[in-house]
Amino acid sequence: MDREEHLTAQLKAFEGRPAATRATGKDPVNLPMIRHWCEAMGDTNPAYTGPDAVAPPTMLQVWTMAGLSGHQGLSGQGRSPHQGLSRHQVRSAAYDDLLALLDAAGCTSVVATDCEQEYLRPLRPGDEVTFDTVIESVSDRKTTKLGTGHFVTTRTDLRVGPDLVGTHRFRILKYAPARTRKTPPRPRPVVNRDNAGFWEGVRRHELLIQRCTGCEVLRHPWLPGCNACGCPDWDTVRASGEGTVYSYVVMHHPPFPAFDPPYAVALVELAEGVRMLGNVVGVPYDKVRIGLPVRAEFRAYDDELTLPVWRVAG
Amino acid sequence: MRPGDELPPLTVPVTRTLIVAGALASRDYQDVHHDPELAREKGSPDIFMNILTTNGLVGRYLTDHFGPASVLRSLSIRLGAPNYPGDTMVLTGRVEAVDGDTATVRVTGTNGLGAHVTGTARITVGGAS
Repeated sequence: MDREEHLTAQLKAFEGRPAATRATGKDPVNLPMIRHWCEAMGDTNPAYTGPDAVAPPTMLQVWTMAGLSGHQGLSGQGRSPHQGLSRHQVRSAAYDDLLALLDAAGCTSVVATDCEQEYLRPLRPGDEVTFDTVIESVSDRKTTKLGTGHFVTTRTDLRVGPDLVGTHRFRILKYAPARTRKTPPRPRPVVNRDNAGFWEGVRRHELLIQRCTGCEVLRHPWLPGCNACGCPDWDTVRASGEGTVYSYVVMHHPPFPAFDPPYAVALVELAEGVRMLGNVVGVPYDKVRIGLPVRAEFRAYDDELTLPVWRVAG
Repeated sequence: MRPGDELPPLTVPVTRTLIVAGALASRDYQDVHHDPELAREKGSPDIFMNILTTNGLVGRYLTDHFGPASVLRSLSIRLGAPNYPGDTMVLTGRVEAVDGDTATVRVTGTNGLGAHVTGTARITVGGAS
């Protein structure tokens, strides 16, 4: 089982566990909160004012929110309301544990994606809401525009006394923001049947030069035939790795996501006589000069990509 | 009230004030709904509207149209493109089905980025509760 499967199995174990049990809303349904809501929404429905006022049905979740101060027994200070799950009174640790597990897996951001509500009867000022929340499901790892993470779906039943007054299914995405991912991978070399041998050599940390078996002339980059005599047959010579900077440029602009400008790109003349392109490392970009002696080394940029680079010799 | 009936659109300017007022009225103090700097740290270009405000606006849109005697029975919404300050959301709706005095209405809220919200509501008209 790999790490991702292991995490998913751990997450799935939370399905069916309670997130809140017989929790009590922080405030009873009340006119001031209804009025503030209606002001914010621009809702002038007369059903929400006057002696027979009811609460806007879409306020359902509001009566379960923990607010800024959180609830008793918690450190409070700026704690998020955890998407509507009140921390009041009897409260299962399962939801906190689930979120902590996701946080530890790098899924530190949260966004609400779905809200499904049923309104069984209107709520009226004075109603004391209690609620039970269960963790309904935790998804496999999903990649979204925002980042990669897991959807967590909870279902809350709201009651006034013994009567079920509403249900509320809520889905959040706990995700690792795409922005915080590492630098994008460096572009891959284009490997084809004519140059595959060169890249196989690089994987073994060997710098291979093609040699024409007809006329013995060395060539680079790799080609299907000899430019000197036209012969299609060839073998390889392992380069010593010694060279000098034949020419170079310093890249300032345009920036490219996988690169960190400014950086020097040199055309290096190998001791064997052919020339190769590559980054010059081990010296500031503005100290690269024509004639600078360099030596090949192999740098792993990621799990799949190793490239020859040129380190200043001596 | 017949299937296929279109509700007149409602244009909602998504102001910073609306986003913050909606977050506070819904008791939602997640920083991404009021603090631009922390929202950016979390990968968002700015603060964005919380789902409870969207839910409230969709509810208002429906009861504005069907009248104060109408009763919302259910509302399911899914969020897509976030509502950022300075954008405008246009809510549109269409009656999908009618069962007695209860209509099933499909609602869409579109902003400058695309579909902010898609949802389905059941609403009873005429005040039978």
